[in-house]
Amino acid sequence: MFSWFGRVSFVPYTKVQDFAVHLKAGRMMGSRCQQCGHKTFPPRADCPQCLSGDFEFVEYSGQGTIWTHTQIATAPTGFDRDVPYTCVVVELDEGGRLLAWSGETLPQQKVKIGMKVQVVPRIFEDTPDIRVYYTVEQPGTTWGKSPPPHLG
Amino acid sequence: MSRVGVIGVGHGRFGRRSDATVQELAFEAFRAALQDAGIERKELDASIIAAVPEYHKQRSVAGVVQEYLNLNPLPTWLTEAACAAGSAAVRTAWMAIKSGLHQVVAVIGCQKMTELATADILALMGRVGEVQWESVFGTTFPGYYAMFATRHMHDYGTTHDQLLQVAVKNHHYGAQNPNALFQKEVTLEKAREGEPVASPFCVYDCCANADGAACVILASEDRARALSKKTVWLDGLGCATASMSVLRRPHLTGLPSAVGAVQQAYRMAGVTAKDIKVADVHDCFTIAEIMAYEDLGFCEKGQGGRYIEEKRSYIGGGGVAINVDGGLKAKGHPIGTTGVSMTYEVVKQLRGECGPRQVPDADIGLTHNVGGIGQYCFVHVYKRD
Repeated sequence: MFSWFGRVSFVPYTKVQDFAVHLKAGRMMGSRCQQCGHKTFPPRADCPQCLSGDFEFVEYSGQGTIWTHTQIATAPTGFDRDVPYTCVVVELDEGGRLLAWSGETLPQQKVKIGMKVQVVPRIFEDTPDIRVYYTVEQPGTTWGKSPPPHLG
Repeated sequence: MSRVGVIGVGHGRFGRRSDATVQELAFEAFRAALQDAGIERKELDASIIAAVPEYHKQRSVAGVVQEYLNLNPLPTWLTEAACAAGSAAVRTAWMAIKSGLHQVVAVIGCQKMTELATADILALMGRVGEVQWESVFGTTFPGYYAMFATRHMHDYGTTHDQLLQVAVKNHHYGAQNPNALFQKEVTLEKAREGEPVASPFCVYDCCANADGAACVILASEDRARALSKKTVWLDGLGCATASMSVLRRPHLTGLPSAVGAVQQAYRMAGVTAKDIKVADVHDCFTIAEIMAYEDLGFCEKGQGGRYIEEKRSYIGGGGVAINVDGGLKAKGHPIGTTGVSMTYEVVKQLRGECGPRQVPDADIGLTHNVGGIGQYCFVHVYKRD
């Protein structure tokens, strides 16, 4: 299932593959160690603190603050149709960080370090495959679109 | 404690070398280093090859180089630490000699990047970040350093003109280096007009892929004193790492791996930042050189932009002369070779052999070689007798 994640998938197999299933259902999941309680985003199966392999998914709100950003003009293979796109790193309120594109509510010129944002789960609609991702949006933005019928 | 020294150095021409295979490039640098050392091949007892193997059609490149240099059956092996492979090889040679296992070791950095089609190179470069959570959003190598630049500009008021002044300096010295890919001056006005790559970077903020090789020969103190009268000593070594993922860095205004590596290297060599007269630092992107000024202690944190604006990193600028061979920016960046090329330059500077771009009184020099976006950093301190 993890092959669903991203415009191009490089690692289809992982112990946290259900992340993509949750994302398709509109949920952003991090992980929590069932031994010591250490929370991680992005999720990981193996605890970096106590080395336990027992983890559970926990839902994140997706709220956070912009840490840095760049607008990519020269894209790697597979992303040609998406340029220019803005990569934003967000510090999540619940800990951890993520990298994602700025979405339509947050055009490049509005992207500023320190601003509050909402990360929103998305599905690419220009491809017959299931491809899920998330974008960085203005606070209060929700996942307004239901998944396309063939993916519902 | 006995020392390890560099007794010979050789450097090939960097560029789009569609005239040569990777082993032919290696041969150019190897022959030059032997001639420079004034020794025969029989004095060597091992070689270490520095290269990043994904770029070569030939698998296990150390084997084909070793044969072409007619070094069989001497031992050889490959070191890989992304763009810091060259310095990883130098460190490995130092360890091999200090262990007593080897006495005289040739370190050969060799890289052909243009065997691959541009689309393939872009695809490889796209995977320089953490592929599970970052590359899926089309991150690029310049894009990562651009995110450092965005944050440095935000926190310290560094300007894009200051970034581009690094390129202007490095092209200025590259114009005087016959081995450089770009041997042409670039003005600030011209640099400002570069095509955008990843904001705030334009093309003049970025180094270029290149083919090329360099070779340095290291020897134990006993063998160095017997074989050479111009040994340059490798007296300080540091190496540190930082997270693969940019998401797990403590900050984005410097490289923790560089700070860790330089502290080790200064302590081991018994020097401080003030003692360094000349340095080759890893300027894969303009911000990388500015962060290096700060990480290496050549200026205060946040003052890197001002350091270049005041031309302190020029020869005679009152600071440390930095990348006066043109740096990665003007020389080009054959990734496995770069660390060996840096070593070549610092050794030549300490020997006083750099002609019009010689740094006066260069007695202590430093190389700062970064792998990836700072996942690895190697710092080496060199002294002359």
